[in-house]
Amino acid sequence: MAHDTHASNTKRIWFVFGLLSFVTIVEVYLGIERPHFLYFTNILGMNLLNWVFIILTLYKAYYITWAFMHMEGEKPSLRWAVVGTVVFLILYLVFILLTEGSYVHDVFKVGTIKWNF
Amino acid sequence: MGTTVTTTANTWGGGNEPMGASYGKLMMWFFIVSDALTFSGFLAAYGFSRFKFIDNWPIADEVFTHFPFMHGVEAPMYYVALMTFILIFSSVTMVLAVDAGHQMKQKKVAFYMLLTIVGGLIFVGSQAWEWKNFITGEFGAVETKGGSILQFVNKEGERVKLADFAATLHEERVQHERKNGVWFVGEPSLPSYSVAEVQAGFKAHPDLLIRTEKIYRGTEAEKADKTLYNELNKEKHKTVLTRAESEKMLANAHLVVEGANLTRNEYGSKLFADFFFFITGFHGFHVFSGVIINIIIYLNVLLGTYERRKSYEMVEKVGLYWHFVDLVWVFVFTFFYLV
Repeated sequence: MAHDTHASNTKRIWFVFGLLSFVTIVEVYLGIERPHFLYFTNILGMNLLNWVFIILTLYKAYYITWAFMHMEGEKPSLRWAVVGTVVFLILYLVFILLTEGSYVHDVFKVGTIKWNF
Repeated sequence: MGTTVTTTANTWGGGNEPMGASYGKLMMWFFIVSDALTFSGFLAAYGFSRFKFIDNWPIADEVFTHFPFMHGVEAPMYYVALMTFILIFSSVTMVLAVDAGHQMKQKKVAFYMLLTIVGGLIFVGSQAWEWKNFITGEFGAVETKGGSILQFVNKEGERVKLADFAATLHEERVQHERKNGVWFVGEPSLPSYSVAEVQAGFKAHPDLLIRTEKIYRGTEAEKADKTLYNELNKEKHKTVLTRAESEKMLANAHLVVEGANLTRNEYGSKLFADFFFFITGFHGFHVFSGVIINIIIYLNVLLGTYERRKSYEMVEKVGLYWHFVDLVWVFVFTFFYLV
């Protein structure tokens, strides 16, 4: 296995580093500026800026896994076994917990318990 | 028939690699899967608590504002961004070490491994500094009997430190130490000011106002609310109360809070500090153990172990772990500092 990787990959590595740095700079810029049209537009229960952050994070995660951890050189069966499992379980857990979290919030809000005083 | 038998013998005869990955690498991948699920469990729990207290969660930009050697300058996020760069860069040197290992260049592998170790140490050090600032706190706050945090601002909406206005009363309050007690129980160190001192200082400074944990949403009910100081209130910022209402709220105070610990913190929601300590602490522990493992492998590279083994796969395996730690940080960075 991996005989093709004996050729040096340095060019690609530096390219990915540039890409990850660029995305991080964009994230930090948006985090400090918080552009009004992104920050005050809500889509699916969250503002657009948060969605931008999450998408950029997943973009970075893809490059770290595929280029640095060399997932692109592995067999599809390994790729699915690792990434498929993790992605499915996380989506499932996050969906359940966030739904429950906002439900509890609503209960506190309309309930008779006064706690913030 | 004969061919079938031979194939079976080859399949189960050893030396076969399922999914085309060697035993060690496959196990490292499986470990990463389980560790990723642990971290996502923490982050999802953080999301749960944040959604539960969405109306009064601390704003990260106001909490993490320090930068080394720039005392008093508000620099939100720059320092964490720098930490992120350091970790990404150490990931790059790690992958360069793996790359050099494929070409059997011992010296190059050693050099890049060393850079990776240095990067990891700088990152852990930065995290310790970040913790120190978080634990020490900057402005100080007061906790009410109901358990919510009150912070102090002036009429321009700028935060005011307790030290800048609290009065000095001649009160006798000595920290109760273990050695003095009958039952050998002590108490944690006392805050610099007592509640009475803060209340007296507040009375003496008529330009001070109280800022609550609650995030101002700009609803009609809030706009009509006479207890809110709406000249200062901005949407998605913490709500400021009028002077009269501030005095009423402060009468309810029973604790002075400076900095953060696992029980309470001056930034707001108690769970915020708990999750911060737990998640960044768990990640920092991973970075630390990664550095230790890297040092072991680095020494092996220097000793020529992998040169004799004619394979640098071990470097590749610790590389996987190191990249995973970087990957986790990318998510922690997003969910703790950006979102």
